[in-house]
Amino acid sequence: MSAVKKRHPTFVVGKYAALAFYLIFALFPLYWLLKIAITPDALIYSEGTRLFPSEVTLLNFTTVVFQTDFLAYFRNSLVVSLGAAFFTTLFAAGAGYAFSRFVFKGKRIIIALMLVTQMFPLLMIIAPIYKIVAELGLLNSLTSLIVVYTAFNIPFATFLMQSFFDGIPKDLEDAAMMDGCSRFQALRKVVFPLTLPGLGATLGFVFTAAWSELLFALMLISKNDAMTFPVGLLTFVSKFSVDWGQMMAAGVLALIPSCLFFIFIQRYLVQGLTSGAVKG
Amino acid sequence: MAHIELRDVAKRYGNVEVLRNIDLEIQDGEFIVLVGPSGCGKSTLLRMVAGLEPISSGDFLIDGERMNDVRPRDRDIAMVFQSYALYPHMDVARNMGFSMEIRKVPVAARKSKVAQAAETLGLTNLTDRLPKALSGGQRQRVAMGRAIIRDPQAFLFDEPLSNLDAALRVEMRLEIARLHQSLSATMIYVTHDQVEALTLADRIVVLNGGDIQQVGSPLELYERPANKFVAQFIGSPTMNVVPVAGTKTGVTAGNGTEILLPDQPLVSQAKELGVRPEHIDVVDNGTGDLSAVADVVEHLGSDTNIYVNVEGIGSMMVRKHGNIPVKSGEQLGLRIQTENAHLFAKDGTALRRVA
Ligand SMILES: Nc1ncnc2c1ncn2[C@@H]1O[C@H](COP(=O)(O)OP(=O)(O)OP(=O)(O)O)[C@@H](O)[C@H]1O
Ligand SMILES: [Mg+2]
Repeated sequence: MSAVKKRHPTFVVGKYAALAFYLIFALFPLYWLLKIAITPDALIYSEGTRLFPSEVTLLNFTTVVFQTDFLAYFRNSLVVSLGAAFFTTLFAAGAGYAFSRFVFKGKRIIIALMLVTQMFPLLMIIAPIYKIVAELGLLNSLTSLIVVYTAFNIPFATFLMQSFFDGIPKDLEDAAMMDGCSRFQALRKVVFPLTLPGLGATLGFVFTAAWSELLFALMLISKNDAMTFPVGLLTFVSKFSVDWGQMMAAGVLALIPSCLFFIFIQRYLVQGLTSGAVKG
Repeated sequence: MAHIELRDVAKRYGNVEVLRNIDLEIQDGEFIVLVGPSGCGKSTLLRMVAGLEPISSGDFLIDGERMNDVRPRDRDIAMVFQSYALYPHMDVARNMGFSMEIRKVPVAARKSKVAQAAETLGLTNLTDRLPKALSGGQRQRVAMGRAIIRDPQAFLFDEPLSNLDAALRVEMRLEIARLHQSLSATMIYVTHDQVEALTLADRIVVLNGGDIQQVGSPLELYERPANKFVAQFIGSPTMNVVPVAGTKTGVTAGNGTEILLPDQPLVSQAKELGVRPEHIDVVDNGTGDLSAVADVVEHLGSDTNIYVNVEGIGSMMVRKHGNIPVKSGEQLGLRIQTENAHLFAKDGTALRRVA
């Protein structure tokens, strides 16, 4: 038995080598971000390609936090990303449930339309969006970004949610209704708890997408106090120089919420919550 | 406990009619079993009674009151699903007590009822487990517990035992029979399994292609099937049906062999003869109604199954009690127990004998 299962040593080594290579490849830019962030300004160019700086400082971080508008950008980004994630997930959950459970006229057309919206290159619609937002008097407001991000993410998020609802057996709702639930109660007490992984995945997806979005943020926001973090990052590039250290420090700080958010939702992402519902 | 009535009920999906002309009256406390081939509409009928599927036309009454448009929760009917449909995020106790939780029954009362049901079903040690940590049989019990805890007017079962292995199925079957005796509630039970149908039912409803073929007690269906479909569907092994030509006094098979059938006034209209395997006697070669060659012989201990090739007719099956010393290739005589023979007209309806 075990002799059959045991792989050849070169195979094992090869497997780990491939994994290690992939990890290094994927994580190296992140490492470089961190490295530059903690390198004193004076050494950035002189020690350009050294893997580890000879001197380490946290000055870039303190400068970024206390002497720039970074905290404001950060707060704006948080508001926009959380808002977009919340509203997108709310609408996508409703729409996804309907697509998954109900038969209604025009369902196919709506699905087709939603797919079509995903086909346009964003550049094509930037001008009309700008015009609409301007006309509504929403330029330079976080609201505009929340609305735009929500609108753009809803189709994909809806499909995502639909597939999660498809994975929940319809018998469970029927059983809940036999047990005395209204349809809404069945949804709240049985379907909702089982959809938490789906909701978590959708929230995470929209949050990260909104967190790093630059194009619309650049177009719709020009005032400093409504800038989101990706736009704010560009302010570290001045006419005459690029403030590498501070820019990277800001980048490192910006990673934190994304990481926290995923740590927070990852337990909902764990699959297998519905196992045991049906069959033997 | 409830008296349930279906009057000319039909179900359509778009213009596909999956059930039609369903007329059925179920007495208070009766155990009704729905049988029929896959896709004949058994689940659909059950779900219409449950209120999970709208009724396209006709009337559905409980205790004389029209309930067509009443929501499932207000029908006071419990259902056990084939898939069990246990709530995966709730432990066994909460699964069973969920209906009371929804009705806002006080926690103490809920607990004692759950404990009582768990006791009845032998689940006492498992009440804090999640469904995924249970075996198939245990899940099945929880599903039953969820239903009985409500003490409903009627129980619906949609193939509740089909996911269990043979031994467990027998055990649960007995448990359901006991349950019916102790609760004396109205029950409607869907199954594929002959034995379940014949042992549990007060009356069996045979469905085929969306029509009721026959309603009757197990013995009625076995002894007096209304048509060829019921005759072949009920009873195991399946009834032998062979083409014949009816004469004034009996029927003649393909090669001219005549079988005399007294007391059958309509025998001249017969196009087919049906005989159950257990209603054929093995006699000495050269005597009896038919001569045959044994093809395959199965010795089951309690019974012997003999597959025979009958001269002028083709293959038939004979089942005899006990161990019959017949060998493959042996020449046999067969005698048909004419009092147990069935005749079918061209359209498959049974030709009834007098008296
Ligand atoms: N939503 C639907 N739309 C169209 N046809 C349907 C729908 N649901 C069921 N049917 C059809 O209705 C018929 C009856 O289905 P039903 O599930 O009641 O069969 P069943 O007798 O329970 O079969 P089985 O023994 O396989 O469970 C089937 O032919 C099925 O294809
Ligand atoms: Mg079915």
